Amino acid sequence: MSAENGRAGAERAMENGAAQAAPWWERRAEDVERLIGKYPNSRSAIMGLFWMAQEERGYVSDEDLNWIADKLGLTRGYVDSTITFYSLYHLQPVGKYTIIVCNNVICGLKGSEGLVQELERLLDVKVGGTSADGLFTLQTTGECIAACDGAPALQINQEYFHKVTPERAKLIIERLREGAELEALSEEIGLTKPGAVWEEGD
Amino acid sequence: MAHPLEMRVLTQGIGEVDLTRIENYEAQGGYAALRKALKQMTPQDVQAEVKKANLRGRGGAGFPAGVKWGFLPDDGRPRYLACNGDESEPGTFNNRMLIEFNPHLLIEGILIAAYAVRASKSFIYLRGEFKKGARVLEDAIEQARAKGYLGDNILGTDFSQEIVVHRGAGAYICGEETGLLSSLEGGRGEPRNKPPFPAVAGLYGMPTVVNNVETLCNVPFIVERGADWFLSIGTENSPGTKLFSVSGMVRRPGNYELPLGITMRELIFDVAGGLLPGRTLKAVQPGGASSPVLLPEHLDLPLDFDTVQKAGSILGTAGVMVFDETVCMVRTALYYADFFSHESCGQCTPCREGTAWTARLLRKIERGQGTMEDVEVLKSLDTLMSGTTICLLSDFSKTFLMSVLKHFPEEFEAHIKGRACLAEQPQEVRSA
Ligand SMILES: Cc1cc2nc3c(=O)[nH]c(=O)nc-3n(C[C@H](O)[C@H](O)[C@H](O)COP(=O)(O)O)c2cc1C
Ligand code: SF4
Ligand code: FES
Repeated sequence: MSAENGRAGAERAMENGAAQAAPWWERRAEDVERLIGKYPNSRSAIMGLFWMAQEERGYVSDEDLNWIADKLGLTRGYVDSTITFYSLYHLQPVGKYTIIVCNNVICGLKGSEGLVQELERLLDVKVGGTSADGLFTLQTTGECIAACDGAPALQINQEYFHKVTPERAKLIIERLREGAELEALSEEIGLTKPGAVWEEGD
Repeated sequence: MAHPLEMRVLTQGIGEVDLTRIENYEAQGGYAALRKALKQMTPQDVQAEVKKANLRGRGGAGFPAGVKWGFLPDDGRPRYLACNGDESEPGTFNNRMLIEFNPHLLIEGILIAAYAVRASKSFIYLRGEFKKGARVLEDAIEQARAKGYLGDNILGTDFSQEIVVHRGAGAYICGEETGLLSSLEGGRGEPRNKPPFPAVAGLYGMPTVVNNVETLCNVPFIVERGADWFLSIGTENSPGTKLFSVSGMVRRPGNYELPLGITMRELIFDVAGGLLPGRTLKAVQPGGASSPVLLPEHLDLPLDFDTVQKAGSILGTAGVMVFDETVCMVRTALYYADFFSHESCGQCTPCREGTAWTARLLRKIERGQGTMEDVEVLKSLDTLMSGTTICLLSDFSKTFLMSVLKHFPEEFEAHIKGRACLAEQPQEVRSA
């Protein structure tokens, strides 16, 4: 998989201009072949191709699924049954940024429900919905996202943000609305540095 | 600053130096073990040293890595190594730290292990959420290639190896080793019946070693410093250090690398800063969501594989979750029930139906609509969901629940009879 999978499809589409002639698998033919070549069996590339499709247009479309089935010599039924096993792939268009709030035990104890309510208010959506400007889709997950020392935690397009108080949630949304680059924003205000000792209860 | 009880081996330099840069990793001795293994040891030597060190798997089961490597049949078929970086056990976040902040250690460990088992290719299966981890590892792999540590004829020897980074996409069950292999083969991440074990019929049906990230990160140190050094740390049956992920109601949640056998009291009260002011300890899960609770009376228990098991729980992933009196055990059990029900892959009836029933009954009880009969049904699921399924998710899904039904029955009764919660929960938790 290409390392630069940080940009959401919508963003890339805007950069490249709306009216795209060639589909992503033609523009990124080299990446596709490199990915498939990594595996002893081409079928293993299926998840990487789903990710690629999702990077390109924000979700995996019907057209993408047909092409992937064809490329790997699999039936469309097999491809459908595979992709639906995994919760991080979108089969419908979503906002440029998908916010997923962790709602497992530790984040629950540290206020994830309040955080979700604050995000619903800030974005004027309910969980599952997309904001009117098309920028944000809000979701929660029952999976622990391996950030419990930074609870409550969330991910935006799989980039981490820790200890997201309502104030910090507001800041994150503001910065993204202003056009901040997601990966850099996560490093800047996502509290991602190692060994940070976060004293609690003061 | 590190706490005096901490022992930084795998985490040495993290937070002080940028170990994602290969020159910084080399400057603190990195890749010397790979050189030693390739130039001075045979694959059998490496296997023997790891076996002697009794390096027990850090992914949950504690099975000795050296023994597992010895199970691969020598029949000329290609062999594979799969590093398990799916890290999805609730309460666990130590693999993530190693991946993001010490990627070369993992790469070095994989290369040495691949040499020891003569793997033709290695894979790192990362959970889909580890997008940064994938970036960091891809970059580190290219740095290692440029220095001749990876690729064809590594360090001028006839050993060659490629490492493929594979990203999952949101499915807890892909952490189970055969689920991982199904997913890596490009399908639904459904576990398979064992036997055959992956060592005999793993990836694409070939002999395959599956080891956890932290397990593999120990390998370079065992090769470089020797099994005797490793055996001098920790306890007799659980040698070495362990990264404990401490979270919940403590003042300093985080990852701490400590010798195995440290007591729970030292871990919680010394290293992790103790409880939040004015709170009292209620229960601890020592090894992720799948572990039964330990109680305050267990505070002086040494945290190693066998001792924790004797006390009725499991060390598991060493994801230590600390609960004080504000934490409702009924509600916590409900969170887990929803989690396991969602993550059950659905192949086995006891697991698919049992996890869903558990969640339904607990939701009823938590809302004050349950009956004492519901509690009896929950208890009956203990046997119904045990030992009859393809993988251990079914068994693990209810260990916490059974332990709190046993130790905190009054909380269930209060929810049922008094329609009240006994825990004094912080405002934001109570609001739902
Ligand atoms: C439901 C379930 C989930 C698991 N999740 C993980 C995981 O996320 N990471 C991991 O290393 N092992 C996980 N395991 C354990 C693996 O099956 C396997 O034992 C382990 O990867 C072997 O590596 P080790 O011997 O180095 O610990 C899981 C097991 C079960 C039953
Ligand atoms: S026990 Fe559950 S998760 Fe494991 S294979 Fe069976 S249904 Fe799937
Ligand atoms: S519970 Fe939220 S990151 Fe673990």
